[in-house]
Amino acid sequence: MPKRKDLETVMILGSGPIVIGQACEFDYSATQGCKALKEEGLRLVLLNSNPATVMTDPGLSDRTYIEPMTAEVARDIIRLEKPQAILPTLGGQTALNLAMELYEKGALSEFGVEMIGADPDVIEIAESRDRFRKTMTSLGLDIPVSAMAHTVEEAVDVAARTGYPAIIRPSYTLGGTGGGIARSRAEMELMAWKGLNASPVGQVLVEESLVGWKEMELEMIRDLGDNAVIVCGIENVDPMGVHTGDSVTVAPIQTLTDVEYQAMRDEALRVARAVGLNGGCNIQFAVDPRTGRRVVIEMNPRVSRSSALASKATGFPIARVAAKLSVGYLLSELKNGITRKSACFEPALDYCVVKAPRFNFEKFAGASSVLGLEMRAVGETMALGGNYREALQKALRGLEIGLLSLEWRPDEDEEGLHGDRVARLELMKKRLARPEPERLSRLYEALKLGLTRAEAVEITSLDPWFVIQMELILEAERFVAGPLAADIAAGRDPAPEALRKVKAQGFSDAQIARIVNTENGTLLTPPDISALRERLGVAPVFRQVDTCAGEFLAETPYYYSSYDAPPPASPIPGSEAEASAGAAASRATGASAPLKASPGAPGPEPRPAGRRPKVMILGGGPNRIGQGIEFDYCCVKACQAFDSMGFATVMVNSNPETVSTDYDAVGRLYFEPVTLEDVLAVCAEEKPDGVIVQLGGQTPLNLAMSLKEAGVPIWGTAPEAIFRAEDRRSWNELVEKLSLLQPPGHMAADERSALAAAEEVGYPVLVRPSFVLGGRAMRIIGNSRDLTLYVRSFAESGLALGPASPILVDKFLDDAVEVDVDAVADGERVVVAAVMEHIERAGVHSGDSSCCIPPFTLPDAIRDEITRQTGLLGLELGVKGLMNIQFAVREGKVYVLEANPRASRTAPFVAKATGRPLIEAAAEVMVGRTLAECGFLDQDPPGYYAVKEAVIPWGRFSGAEVLLGPEMHSTGEVMGLDRTFGHAFLKAQIAAGTDVPLGGDIILTVCDRDKPALAPLAAELAAMGFTFHATPGTVKSLADRGISAGTLYNLSDQRSPSLHEYLKSGKAKMFVNTAQDPQSIRDSSFLRAEAISCGVPIMTTIAGLAAMVEGLKAVKSSRWRISPLQDYRPAAAGGAAAS
Amino acid sequence: MTSNFSGPSPAGGGVALTPAALTLDDGTSFTGTALGGCLEAAGEVIFITAMSGYQEVLTDPSYHGQIVVFTAAHVGNYGTSPTVDQAPEPQSAGVIFHELWLPEAVHWLSDADLPAWLRAGKVGALTGVDTRALTLHIRTKGARNGVIAPLSAGAAEAYARARRVPSMNGLDLACRVFTRKPYKVPAAPAGEGEGPVYRVAVLDFGIKRSILGQLSLQNMDLTVWPGDASPEKILEERPQGLFLANGPGDPAACSYAVRTARHFLGRIPVFGICLGHQIMGLAAGGRTYKLPFGHHGLNHPVLDADSGKVFITSQNHGFCVDPDSLPAGVRANMWNLNDGTVEGLAWDGEPAFCVQFHPEASPGPHDSRALFARFRRLIKEQNA
Repeated sequence: MPKRKDLETVMILGSGPIVIGQACEFDYSATQGCKALKEEGLRLVLLNSNPATVMTDPGLSDRTYIEPMTAEVARDIIRLEKPQAILPTLGGQTALNLAMELYEKGALSEFGVEMIGADPDVIEIAESRDRFRKTMTSLGLDIPVSAMAHTVEEAVDVAARTGYPAIIRPSYTLGGTGGGIARSRAEMELMAWKGLNASPVGQVLVEESLVGWKEMELEMIRDLGDNAVIVCGIENVDPMGVHTGDSVTVAPIQTLTDVEYQAMRDEALRVARAVGLNGGCNIQFAVDPRTGRRVVIEMNPRVSRSSALASKATGFPIARVAAKLSVGYLLSELKNGITRKSACFEPALDYCVVKAPRFNFEKFAGASSVLGLEMRAVGETMALGGNYREALQKALRGLEIGLLSLEWRPDEDEEGLHGDRVARLELMKKRLARPEPERLSRLYEALKLGLTRAEAVEITSLDPWFVIQMELILEAERFVAGPLAADIAAGRDPAPEALRKVKAQGFSDAQIARIVNTENGTLLTPPDISALRERLGVAPVFRQVDTCAGEFLAETPYYYSSYDAPPPASPIPGSEAEASAGAAASRATGASAPLKASPGAPGPEPRPAGRRPKVMILGGGPNRIGQGIEFDYCCVKACQAFDSMGFATVMVNSNPETVSTDYDAVGRLYFEPVTLEDVLAVCAEEKPDGVIVQLGGQTPLNLAMSLKEAGVPIWGTAPEAIFRAEDRRSWNELVEKLSLLQPPGHMAADERSALAAAEEVGYPVLVRPSFVLGGRAMRIIGNSRDLTLYVRSFAESGLALGPASPILVDKFLDDAVEVDVDAVADGERVVVAAVMEHIERAGVHSGDSSCCIPPFTLPDAIRDEITRQTGLLGLELGVKGLMNIQFAVREGKVYVLEANPRASRTAPFVAKATGRPLIEAAAEVMVGRTLAECGFLDQDPPGYYAVKEAVIPWGRFSGAEVLLGPEMHSTGEVMGLDRTFGHAFLKAQIAAGTDVPLGGDIILTVCDRDKPALAPLAAELAAMGFTFHATPGTVKSLADRGISAGTLYNLSDQRSPSLHEYLKSGKAKMFVNTAQDPQSIRDSSFLRAEAISCGVPIMTTIAGLAAMVEGLKAVKSSRWRISPLQDYRPAAAGGAAAS
Repeated sequence: MTSNFSGPSPAGGGVALTPAALTLDDGTSFTGTALGGCLEAAGEVIFITAMSGYQEVLTDPSYHGQIVVFTAAHVGNYGTSPTVDQAPEPQSAGVIFHELWLPEAVHWLSDADLPAWLRAGKVGALTGVDTRALTLHIRTKGARNGVIAPLSAGAAEAYARARRVPSMNGLDLACRVFTRKPYKVPAAPAGEGEGPVYRVAVLDFGIKRSILGQLSLQNMDLTVWPGDASPEKILEERPQGLFLANGPGDPAACSYAVRTARHFLGRIPVFGICLGHQIMGLAAGGRTYKLPFGHHGLNHPVLDADSGKVFITSQNHGFCVDPDSLPAGVRANMWNLNDGTVEGLAWDGEPAFCVQFHPEASPGPHDSRALFARFRRLIKEQNA
């Protein structure tokens, strides 16, 4: 069955903002899908509200709508673009839900649009727990004992049958939101209530607990000719009970027999067939390790985070193939792009792949870090190794959480135990019983302290195989601490083969240095170990990810490093092998390390030859709050630019979710941790002409100086300039030299100097540790008591304060307007790409603040001044490439807050909002062109408005403080684009998931500072028909301005109606709550959390409310306009709006 | 130089580890560690990309006389169990691992760990080998003969021995593994085939237990004959169908079996798998040839040209039927999607068909198991 002839226009749904459980893996899959369908000559219409994505690049689809992903908007687009089909399986749960809503509302039948990839029936069977269970039962598949409940009482009744613990799974939610494990009736009542609320249909499944069972996932793909393949089996190292997104996982499956595996495979095929799958899907199974009993947990009839992982783990492009199948192809008609063989095959792996999740619990103070059914990881890293241990340790160091490899860093709980082995072991056992993010490290330490294998299995339910692997790593560590350390202490060279075997267990040079130093009391640095290693000729080999374990010649360059390759023996004298090795050696150029498979050795890895100059781009590693998809976008765009300029590109990154780790998106891909040692190894292999560190966020920037010192050519802004902007002292000198203003401030290495600094500059002060990203531990502090508490808490949380790592105490510019600027500089000229005015006042982290292009309140003179200062800074720093500067504007004065000579989080937003190719221009500058040469010159701001809004996962971290502040919390962003600021702002709000009310009652409770500003806004809202309830103070301030509001009492008033009751009643359509001092912030925290869990939109700043009022006025006076990016900029580079 | 770190121990404590190497007949050698004093092995070296099912592979008589290289990173993880044996004892001459270990069996079904099982079965095993380099070598240079020997035996000696290993071309290995005496396997009581029990003769060339299992599940009473049994002898039992088994070696060397197959083709329904398929191809008048390094894995896509369906199949063969050599009336109807080689034959107007791959799987996917039912249907039609 070849491609369908009846399709001309296909609409593709993206996944919206990055949220926990739905991250940039869907940018990867939809980007691949767009490319695959573009090849088929289809006209593509894309809808995605997320501007940071590669898929929303106007070049990838014909009509690119960055608009709210609501049924109303999607229907408008269908009406305008008249697609014959809509493809909802590449955009995660968001896309599936939106497509189902369109279907149910009749929008698809109205315009004759067919759902391809998965039809409504397929989605319903998979998504409705009830239908899914019935289908599984009819297929004879085992499922956990369970039943649906629609009330708390029903849930309790079901649990009486399943027994405790029991699992609660809400229907139709993302990443397990609202789910949990109830261990008692009391817990069940609470969790059932939470789950029923989380489910859009008020339905939960109460299910037999399978906690501790093996958890397996099969990633499969099936066509309508009933051909199906399992692309990859993934085993969760963390057994059932921890969401798979939060689990460490391994591929291929390690602990099932072929009999078990094939039976599971048969069941997966049966499920796919029964459901009528056409495309990719993921099926999860649980296997009882004691009996082999296997039950089906769930299936997702779409590409997923796991399928992205499976694609990267095996080289099989699931999304691409799924997209092709959706337009009529059969699997047998498609080719595997890597081997040029059939795409209808199952990859074979001759390596191990480990994925490890990245968490950000530290940003959500107060939230429990125990892992469960609800996903909390914000990112992940993947590593490939010759064996599981090597892959695991590579993955752990790739997480960039300070782990050098598998190791344990004592935490505060251990204080007072003074290294008492028995007491520490007891503590470890206790903590291991509940899964936490550091579980594997903790288990490793416990094994070191004498925990037996049986105990480890009993406590953690890990399969013994995984525990044994840790014991083997421990054995290697003991070798390092023993004989190897002794050799080094005695000045002897260790045996090279012994060192290679240690490295083959995944140890980093830094880890070896640390172990040896602990043993010998020395101060060896990681480069010392690297030097020793190189002198002994111990180097990694780079192997190809070829989908077929070496069976076929693979043409696509995708590599990983491994030390798990014993050196080849020399060929027998006089043999055929010796003759051919001699011939090969004489052809080979360049030196090879003795232990490395030399070109003459058996089985050289195929590697395309290239004469083009080579540029290597360092990616950002795992996503985390503050460093996510935006940087990947920059890396990918730059790769494309370098490629079109005739450069060979090499990408180094460890994030399986990204477009940058698609072998198709870059010249050569090295799937490696972005650490100094690993990057240097790739440099030694590839010998790039230039390395780019400014695109991948803080991760590669942190390596810049060390790379340069190691002799690696850094292209673009010099590492020294990066340091100059980051280091407080040199930054101050720079600001002074250029006669710029900045808020006064000082560095403080202890509590006393912090207090003195605050006294001098005056409260409120903005405090933060030096060298941080995403505003980690940044606070605004109003008095000395709070500052003292802050400094002390700092020490308690394990962040050592001292002269080498001081905190910064700066005057906080209250009520200032914050401005971000993205610019490109070539060393002689600085061109501002966009000036962004923040909507929230200074003090809210720029990543969490919404902002607007062009500025919506700033006078031209201020804009000009900002542009001038940007120019001064760019030239003085010698920026070559991208830079981002943050300013604050107060009372007509411009203060510079910080300058970052690197790609910024806002770069993709600027690119989408203005259509200006700033990243491409930066790439050209980095290879030595001038901005004039690439035609990137000053340009007037667009004649329309683009508003970026942040999306924050408050709902995932119950107990955490819900308030915007200087610490960044957002995981994703959306963009609203329209002809007025109001329309654009409102679109952004709706796109971010805010249930914007057009009328109804609003709760107002604002701090004294904000009361004057509230009144006029309330008056405008009243004029639009809104009514108000407020706390007594706010009621009074409104009454003074003639605005009436019902009174709600604070909890402390002990009077009814209380604010809390009213909020819970669901009568309020919006909750406006601003708080000033820490005490009132703490007091009102539970109210904001309540609003979040009730789904009431919440505004925590007056500036935000003002923008909301503007937006409401706009949509009440005229309809917003839905248009694709292509219509905003008909002539590619033009800056004028369509309107 | 000082004490060495040997990496993960392949067999836990107490087992002698011997530095050893695989030496190929082209003079290339791959070092590793042999278990328990190093059992030597010699044979054709082939690689298999299966990620599970090692015990099934090692007990499959089709691997007789071969040294099997597993490409998977870890082998032996779930121990061993007699329930999956394809023959009473290990069959391959030797086995090579990247990493074989397991100090203890950790799977609920496991009786013994793989190192212990290998020692008990006296299989020469080498671990800690750069199996990817070895695999790429075989892929680019073709399957070669080789020997596993301790380093102490000397490289030159190992090389000389590797060169003395007989070529697989023209080698009849089936005669070393097929049964000496006929035996019976009754139809499985809870079988899938409805209706009468059919009498089926099985010509053994080294049959896998799972094939017998699948046939008996089709409600067939089986008599398993030595591969060189004469047609006359077989006819005494008045079989209603003939099955030609899998087995090792060059099919062209099994002329006795080709004659038998020719005798039955066109008379009663005939079905063959792997070597049985190649023998049927020869019986039809076709030719077989040796593939550069064969197909050994659980992931081979096969297109059934008649139905348009693709099966993911378990494969293990070094020889192949040449489609251009087939006479009229015999059609290659199944194709390997990777290299376009023949995977199945169908006889026009005759109740006969055969496949190169392994529908019984064990190990591998079960996609094509329905072929056993097709065989039953053919017999049923003939006896209707």
